[in-house]
Amino acid sequence: MFKKGFISIILSVLFLSLVLSSCGTSNTSGGDQIGADYQIGMVTDIGGVHDNSFNQSAWEGLQKLNEDTGAEVKFLESHKDADYVPNLNEFVKNDWNLTWGIGYMMGDAIKEVADQNPEARLAIIDAVVEAPNVVSVTFKEHEGSFLVGVVAGMMTKTDKIGFVGGMDIPVIKRFEKGFVAGVEAVNPDAEVIINYTGAFNAPDQGKAAAATIYNDGADIIFHAAGSTGDGVFNEGKERKKNGEEVWVIGVDKDQSITFGDDITLTSMMKRVDTAVYQVSRSLIEGQFNGGEIRSLGLADNGVGLPEENPNIPEDVLEKVEEYKQKIIDGEIEVPSE
Amino acid sequence: MERQTVIEMRNITKRFPGIVANDAVNLQVRQGEIHALLGENGAGKSTLMNVLFGLYQPDEGDIYIRGEKVEITDPNVANDLGIGMVHQHFMLIDTFTVAQNIILGSEPKKKGWRIDYNKSVEEIQQLSEKYGLRVDPHAKIKDISVGMQQRVEILKILYRGADILIFDEPTAVLTPQEIQELITIFKNLVKEGKTILLITHKLKEIMATCDRVTIIRRGKVIDGSLEVSQTTPDELAAKMVGKEVKFKVDKKDAVPGHPVLSVKHVTAYDNRGIKKLNDISFEVKAGEILGIAGVDGNGQSELIDVISGLRPVASGEILLMDRPIHHLSPRKISERGVGHIPEDRQKRGLILDFSIAENMVLKNYHQPEFSNRGFLNYKKVREHAARLIAEFDIRTPDESVKAGALSGGNQQKVIIAREVNHNPDLLIAAQPTRGLDVGAIEFVHRRLVEQRDKKKAVLLISLDLDELLNLSDRIAVLYEGQIVGIVDPRETNEKDLGLMMSGGKTNSGSWGA
Amino acid sequence: MNKVIRIFIKDSTLIPVISIVLGLLIGALIMLLGAYNPIRAYASLIEKAFGDLYSIGETIRQITPLIFTGLSVAFAFRIGLFNIGAEGQFIIGSVTAAFVGIQFDLPWYIHVPFAVVAGGIAGGLWGSLAGLLKVYRGVHEVIATIMLNWIALYLSNYIVKFFLIEPGQQRSRILSDSSWLSSSWLSQLFDGARIHYGILLGLICTFLFYVILWKTRQGYELRAVGYNPDASEYAGIHVKKNIVRSMMVSGVFAGLGGASEVLGVFHYQTIHSVFPGHGFEGIAVALLGGNTAVGTILGAVLFGVLTFGATGMKFGAGVPIEIINIVIALVIFFVAASGLVKAIIDKVKKKIISGGSSLPTSQDWKKGV
Repeated sequence: MFKKGFISIILSVLFLSLVLSSCGTSNTSGGDQIGADYQIGMVTDIGGVHDNSFNQSAWEGLQKLNEDTGAEVKFLESHKDADYVPNLNEFVKNDWNLTWGIGYMMGDAIKEVADQNPEARLAIIDAVVEAPNVVSVTFKEHEGSFLVGVVAGMMTKTDKIGFVGGMDIPVIKRFEKGFVAGVEAVNPDAEVIINYTGAFNAPDQGKAAAATIYNDGADIIFHAAGSTGDGVFNEGKERKKNGEEVWVIGVDKDQSITFGDDITLTSMMKRVDTAVYQVSRSLIEGQFNGGEIRSLGLADNGVGLPEENPNIPEDVLEKVEEYKQKIIDGEIEVPSE
Repeated sequence: MERQTVIEMRNITKRFPGIVANDAVNLQVRQGEIHALLGENGAGKSTLMNVLFGLYQPDEGDIYIRGEKVEITDPNVANDLGIGMVHQHFMLIDTFTVAQNIILGSEPKKKGWRIDYNKSVEEIQQLSEKYGLRVDPHAKIKDISVGMQQRVEILKILYRGADILIFDEPTAVLTPQEIQELITIFKNLVKEGKTILLITHKLKEIMATCDRVTIIRRGKVIDGSLEVSQTTPDELAAKMVGKEVKFKVDKKDAVPGHPVLSVKHVTAYDNRGIKKLNDISFEVKAGEILGIAGVDGNGQSELIDVISGLRPVASGEILLMDRPIHHLSPRKISERGVGHIPEDRQKRGLILDFSIAENMVLKNYHQPEFSNRGFLNYKKVREHAARLIAEFDIRTPDESVKAGALSGGNQQKVIIAREVNHNPDLLIAAQPTRGLDVGAIEFVHRRLVEQRDKKKAVLLISLDLDELLNLSDRIAVLYEGQIVGIVDPRETNEKDLGLMMSGGKTNSGSWGA
Repeated sequence: MNKVIRIFIKDSTLIPVISIVLGLLIGALIMLLGAYNPIRAYASLIEKAFGDLYSIGETIRQITPLIFTGLSVAFAFRIGLFNIGAEGQFIIGSVTAAFVGIQFDLPWYIHVPFAVVAGGIAGGLWGSLAGLLKVYRGVHEVIATIMLNWIALYLSNYIVKFFLIEPGQQRSRILSDSSWLSSSWLSQLFDGARIHYGILLGLICTFLFYVILWKTRQGYELRAVGYNPDASEYAGIHVKKNIVRSMMVSGVFAGLGGASEVLGVFHYQTIHSVFPGHGFEGIAVALLGGNTAVGTILGAVLFGVLTFGATGMKFGAGVPIEIINIVIALVIFFVAASGLVKAIIDKVKKKIISGGSSLPTSQDWKKGV
């Protein structure tokens, strides 16, 4: 009896597989279909695609590309440092038209793959890779951070503000420097408490760091720490529930969508999605400038605040607009390191 | 009056790879009798009972219960037929109470799902009274003695309505007093109409309790349904082993020489810091067997441990051939000439997952004979084992068999071979025959006397008074960590020894020695 | 012929095989529930792992560290110790090798062995710490090694940050190429894959593992203590010494793994925000391999192929990584729950042989005769 059952399970699995295999995958959708022949892939860093941060944002950019142009898009997640190279190669060896590496940590891997495969086309976010077949995209995070610094400086009631960084690397340094400069511009008395957790994927450490900073009297924390920042939000939410008047400023995406308006003051959006979309789209349209280094700031709409900011009063928003214009016009030079 | 046959097993054959465990075995058990199933270890008794209890399916043969042919496919079927089994190793939950253990699996329910404890306790008390099985239903298993635990096992099967009770070696774990009480319980059960099937290799118990006996040797019935009243222990033993067995050990009078071991004013503590040896002194001389008698737990284990170097001496000294050894490591002591047959052969004496060959060199694998520049010469290890296997008649296909796969008797032979092969000046033998069958016991006893006759000293620690009286040249009685007397076995008996062991009487004779 | 059949129906061979099949089968069912095509998924997995020279090279690269950590965990298991610390010993081994690789400039025939041996010794010392804590302070090795893992992680980060840092990066400087375990010749052979000589080192370690356990006096003592510490003590074997020694050897294996990874694959040591995870995977590998030398290799191959091929399943059949992890977990689960699998095998065997010819079933063996 048992044997019979065993065999019938195997058979049914085989049968169902055959039925399903005839379905195939569909990747068509609306839009003008100009990219229907294109395949564009991306490799996340160890944060994974659902990091509520730049990996996710990049994937959203590619999904939009698929909707608009019909290009086939796909992502691979990396679980260890050692996965970067084979994951990138998976796309490259299968002759995909463009392969993205998302994040600063992937610089070495992109460089290696680009050198080994000179005919392949690659692009990277947040790092500069000097190779003739790589487009590098970086952001002027300090410019956007300056603006949320202005918000924080004007809205703090305790004159103490926190900053939680992931790793102490140049990208995150730009967040910190811009933010501190923004606070200082509108509220010279305010103190910024800075804490680097050392990880982008450790919400527990983010929570601990936030607790320390709030306990020191701060009422607003700006995080630039990937999913470590989830912990900052959680700590803020718990305190809010207990009646404390605290806020968190999100990063990369409009994080109020994830964590709610009751705790998210605003977000320093880094339009990774836009950047990924634009570079990929120009490839489809026949323009791919290998070796190009794009640096996107306020002027390019690469960084900035979200459209909707229900928690920020009108006067503060006006001030933000004012500073934004000054930075675009070059009147203010925001420090980046 | 011919009573009804309740169990009839006809031509039961059960094969295992390479062996026929039961070969056309017939067994008839009558209503209301105590029937013994006698055989050496490995003769096929347990297999037969496992067939009856539904744990094994026979390859051939039929089973009839109360005249009806039945298929016992699993133990639940056996339970439904009123067959219950008390295993050698109890199946109780330590932290549960007696009552909880008894009702486990067939709890009386009240209002659907709640367990009716009061009712179960009442029922248990009724059962206890009826069969003379006195237990406290509220006591936890871990707090009661082994004998009590056995009663719980019996109650458990009675509670489930069994009227055929199978006991697998029930006395192996009991003290002499507990054995007496168990025999009384057997009589009570039979009086109430129950039938008892007793698996054993102890002739004394059969003579004392059973009505009839079926003897199995190497899977075959040698004598079915022999009336116990018409036989003798000698006849039973001969049938079981297949040859004449001597119960009395033939030995010449001892010719004690110089002292080999001197224990002087030794005090030692157990692992919990309780004083277990209290200023103890004695000597073992060359050419004698000194027996240590005592109720379990009066310091025997600690005494063995301090002599073999496994436990530190708090005060006093131990001399071997006039040289102190109490500060030496176990290995050094062993090299000085102390052999040790440990009381727990599976825990200490053997590494069950090692082959016989590997076990044979446990004490001397590091010596140049087997070791060279850090490498072990496994070829020599195997040859060494093969030689000892032949010399000590160890029943095994070859030396690569794991020690754990051997029967108890053969395991003990491995240990004795290893320890005697060192030709030690002092041989410590702790419970050397526990759990062994008659044939193996005879072998062990002969070897111990041989050592003595080779002018070596033997220290025999045993709970079995027969053994002590038979083998020892002198018996020291240990009570609460002290020697309360040293007696000559020819001038004493079990009763006197028993009194001394319980602290009731001291011997005015040779104190200390 | 009969002998060959015997090998295949031996429980020790049969159980892992059936476990793997069961794991893959139930994994297939789960994929079907999620409307993914399991046949295509498994085909992609095989394709990804063995499809071309590059893939084979990368698969071997993936397998290499698992052999080391698998041996590490298996060795400690042999003496009854649960070494969760292969992770930390691995990290210590890799940072030490990186240190030697960066700070020294020597001819390769000295530099490579120096860096490898330094990594091994450092890992061994790290492992013996847990052994010492157990023997002299009674700290359970599971607790000690978990704690030591974290210390190793942050110690390594500290060393990289303060002595080896490449400015502006989250990693050390590149090791001087005289210390590399990789060669462009080997890499070219595999179409640019990062396969390196660490695999040879791993095979040598596997051989040593076997020799130590089964040929030496020390191995005899270790196994004795592992099976039965009471009997070992009775026999005069120094139990404590052997515990420390086995943790040390266990640590050496993991440390060599770390060294091989940093000298062969990365050529730099990163500042880790989380554990690389090779040590934890080593636990699964040792379990799959039944703590034997050859078993560890097979376990590492299986685990390496599954984890590396997982990308293929994602890429070729769109199966999300979560489901792939479930499949891997199922395989390990069935190996771990070998009792369950055994029961199933016995039942099947009984059905097959109910005629009368008696094949051994494990239960009968256990019960004895």
